[in-house]
Amino acid sequence: MSKIHVQTTINEEATEFLCEPRESLLEVLRETLGFTGTKEGCNDGNCGACSVTLDGVLIDSCLMLAVEAEGKSISTVEGLANPEGLHPIQQAFLEHAALQCGICTPGFLVASKALLDHNPEPSEHEIRHWLAGNLCRCTGYDKIVRAVLEAAQTVRASA
Amino acid sequence: MSAGNGYKVIGTRPVRHDGVDKVTGRAVYGGDTRLSGLLYGQVLRSPHAHARIKSIDISKAQALPGVKAVLTGADLPKTGDTIVDLGEGPARLKYMSDNVLATDKTLYSGHPVAAVCASNVHIAEEALDLIEVEYEVLEAVLNLREAMKEGAPQLHPDMTTQEFGEDTGRTSNLATHFQHKLGDPDTAFASADVVIEREFNTATVHQGYIEPHNATAMWNADGQITIWTSTQGSFAARAQTGAVLDIPVSKIKVVPQEIGGGFGGKIPIYLEPIAAMLSKASGQPVKLIMTRPAVFESTGPTPGSHIKIKMGANKDGKIVAAEAYIAFESGAYPGGLVGAAAMCVFSCYDIANGLIDCYDVVLNKPRSFAYRAPGSTQACFATEHVVELLAAELGIDPLEFRLKNSATTGTRRIDGVVYPKMGCKEVLEAIRDSEHYKSAAPSGPNQGRGISLGYWFNVGLQSACTASVNNDGTVSLSEGSTDIGGSRTSIAMQFAETLSLDVDDVRAQVVDTDSIGHTDVTGGSRVTYATGWAAYKSALDVQAQMCERAAQLWEVEVDQVAFEEGVFSSGDKSYTFKELSGHLDETGGPVIGRATVNPDSGVGGSFAANIADVEVDPDTGKVQVLRFTVIQDAGKAIHPSYVEGQMQGGSAQGIGWALNEEYYYNKDGQLDNSSYLDYRIPTSLDLPMIETIIVEVPNPGHPFGVRGVGEANIAPPPAAMAGAIADAIGVRLQELPMKPSNVLAATQASEGQAALAAGG
Amino acid sequence: MQKLTEGQQQIPVEGSTVRQVVEALESLYPGFKDRIVEDDRIRTEIAVAVDGEVVTSGLRARVGAESEVHFLPALAGG
Repeated sequence: MSKIHVQTTINEEATEFLCEPRESLLEVLRETLGFTGTKEGCNDGNCGACSVTLDGVLIDSCLMLAVEAEGKSISTVEGLANPEGLHPIQQAFLEHAALQCGICTPGFLVASKALLDHNPEPSEHEIRHWLAGNLCRCTGYDKIVRAVLEAAQTVRASA
Repeated sequence: MSAGNGYKVIGTRPVRHDGVDKVTGRAVYGGDTRLSGLLYGQVLRSPHAHARIKSIDISKAQALPGVKAVLTGADLPKTGDTIVDLGEGPARLKYMSDNVLATDKTLYSGHPVAAVCASNVHIAEEALDLIEVEYEVLEAVLNLREAMKEGAPQLHPDMTTQEFGEDTGRTSNLATHFQHKLGDPDTAFASADVVIEREFNTATVHQGYIEPHNATAMWNADGQITIWTSTQGSFAARAQTGAVLDIPVSKIKVVPQEIGGGFGGKIPIYLEPIAAMLSKASGQPVKLIMTRPAVFESTGPTPGSHIKIKMGANKDGKIVAAEAYIAFESGAYPGGLVGAAAMCVFSCYDIANGLIDCYDVVLNKPRSFAYRAPGSTQACFATEHVVELLAAELGIDPLEFRLKNSATTGTRRIDGVVYPKMGCKEVLEAIRDSEHYKSAAPSGPNQGRGISLGYWFNVGLQSACTASVNNDGTVSLSEGSTDIGGSRTSIAMQFAETLSLDVDDVRAQVVDTDSIGHTDVTGGSRVTYATGWAAYKSALDVQAQMCERAAQLWEVEVDQVAFEEGVFSSGDKSYTFKELSGHLDETGGPVIGRATVNPDSGVGGSFAANIADVEVDPDTGKVQVLRFTVIQDAGKAIHPSYVEGQMQGGSAQGIGWALNEEYYYNKDGQLDNSSYLDYRIPTSLDLPMIETIIVEVPNPGHPFGVRGVGEANIAPPPAAMAGAIADAIGVRLQELPMKPSNVLAATQASEGQAALAAGG
Repeated sequence: MQKLTEGQQQIPVEGSTVRQVVEALESLYPGFKDRIVEDDRIRTEIAVAVDGEVVTSGLRARVGAESEVHFLPALAGG
């Protein structure tokens, strides 16, 4: 199967890659580009571990073909922190112990950031509703929700 | 900063050592393993619930461009009648090996029959479609009670029932039958004022970890095998792989990568020997990651069960006798978990007379494996139901009834164990004193409250630690307990506390099987307890050696050197730990402390309790959790945030088990719901905040009083939910899950009965 | 176990180590030792508790005059 050349933007960096038409964005991120922060939990769009944003919209990267990334802008967990430090969401997750095994954490961080970009002052219910597409088997979600509530405050305060 | 509890580090909530890597996506999990020349493997699985393999033709698969090697069960070493012993008793090697790759029969839909490696995973998947397997489909049995009957399709023609420790010579699907007995239950029942007996069924459920099983292996030209894997036990993985491949463990190194959840399901191996054999055949490293459907179809769920509980009590409120019949699914191979259920079923109560009758049954489902306090949840669901009924019959408040009969120090369990100091009563009292319990129970229509109490015995087993003192006063702490929940930090905290160091000055890492002494699995709620013991003792070893170094420097006898609050002193001379570590080179070189433990005494069990408030939708039977509290005896909470995390996590799993999770098999014995869409675990929208109350009844068998907390918290939730639903709709369900259709049917039946009673 | 001991749940015996206790039980109930011991070690599927605490030194574990020795299945968890 001959490969297709794709030009895209990942975490604000112009990026290009070759991929087979049948490869998902998740596969290319992980195997071709080395962005293993985005995880595979189910490969059928039900667990959210592969969450990324595509032009600002939260998606499951296992459900998108890599060729569809042409001309788009993708953000992964690797793009959250910057040289100055962690994103407030990442910091809040650490301080609230909102992770145990951590496999779902990248997905939750990307999804939470997408929420806060969209709704800077979410209620507990709005957070739970937004994050219902991200499964966690370790934490019971309590500390995750608290971390997002606090991160929302931090982000608003520094805005 | 100190915890204000007399400790400097213990009881504080530092950011975990591996935290930054995990929130930035840098942590390397098993599936993230990258090596040059890596090939990708995939596994072909039988679609049949029970079949004989007549032939396998791999030629077309081998010919596909990009395919480097194809394996079947015939390529694994012959097992014959070999018995292996990997720590939990003798097991037929054939059972372990056949579960990795089938040889003569496949025993469940999803049973591996062949494996392929190729230059990419898509080619490997295409190759699977080219493998031609000829099956002779056999009659299957997937129902526990059917499997126990005379004439049921037999999975293992040569498996004979072990009864009371003896081989009966009878072949059947009943692998084991044993009993525990205490006192004289028959007489006690006969004289009891009230006797209540009920029957229960619980469905097969899965641990549900988000990370699929994975293994990467390189079989080097010199015969050394390296395996990178997400595992709950590197040494267990090494031992099992060595047994299946018939290779000495000295030739195998297991490098544990970060692990995305286990809950007991990543203690057995599945892919490691396959990856190794494919690497041998291809000459390159090979990575295999299980697909999500395969995780559900082919890896050990926890046993479904059929349980009968009978309990008798007197008017004064004392339980005088208890009897349990417990039949557990063992899945395709024997060696199941019913023994653990026996150790928990009546273990919250002080009962002088009892009988526990246990059956371990094989049937055409994947081999059952441990799921967080295995057996305790099923047993608790059953026992707590009867306890509530007894209390109601006697007119005694259910919490008071439990307090009156609570197990305590010195209580003898029906399986014979006598309790050392433990916190059963204290956990019950914490229910009574909690804000949740004291608040008014929800009183709207179809709302209710339930409470429950559960237990897990916890284990000790072996752990090792080495601690290398750096010349800046920091310590590199190596341990072998793979970290599934933040344990490396709890281990570092115990080490730091012992030497009055800052926790950030102790760098804890989980290392491979060549780099640390034998360490048993991360399971059984043992890591904070046993590896904590090893950390503590290795800290004392460091302390002793540092005292000797100080003695050298100050030219005094070592018994004239004191160590207190992080400072070494003798007379008017003193060094902080940091200062002294700058002098190691001039006093003989590096200091390395070490310890190995197999705690001979003092594993403390843990009791956990719930208060649950629910509302039932009368039109759909859906149960909404309004409020949920979990109480657990942690002995001593080293890092309270992670103790709370364990309590909340087990509660969430227990709620899923209570309300929704089950395996659905179709009429051909194939799993219909092998995806997260249809095997529906709780989402953030299904749960409220989960309130936690940590009780601390220190375990006298641990330097800081630790009791493992990982598991007991999954035992009580289904029972609490059943109680809350009963309070809401007037029917106490006897089957798990209490899914909407069952709750609705019960609501309607109860309304129907009420209407009849009212003459309507 | 009780089938081995003809229904007796608690049996007083003499011995200052688990080994001696097992030998004493063997002389009272022939065949008992085989169920507990293999190759001069406690079978791996059996745990031994002395006075309520699981011991890892097996047959060598010391036992006091009033001690209670208990044989249980060895189980771990998840």
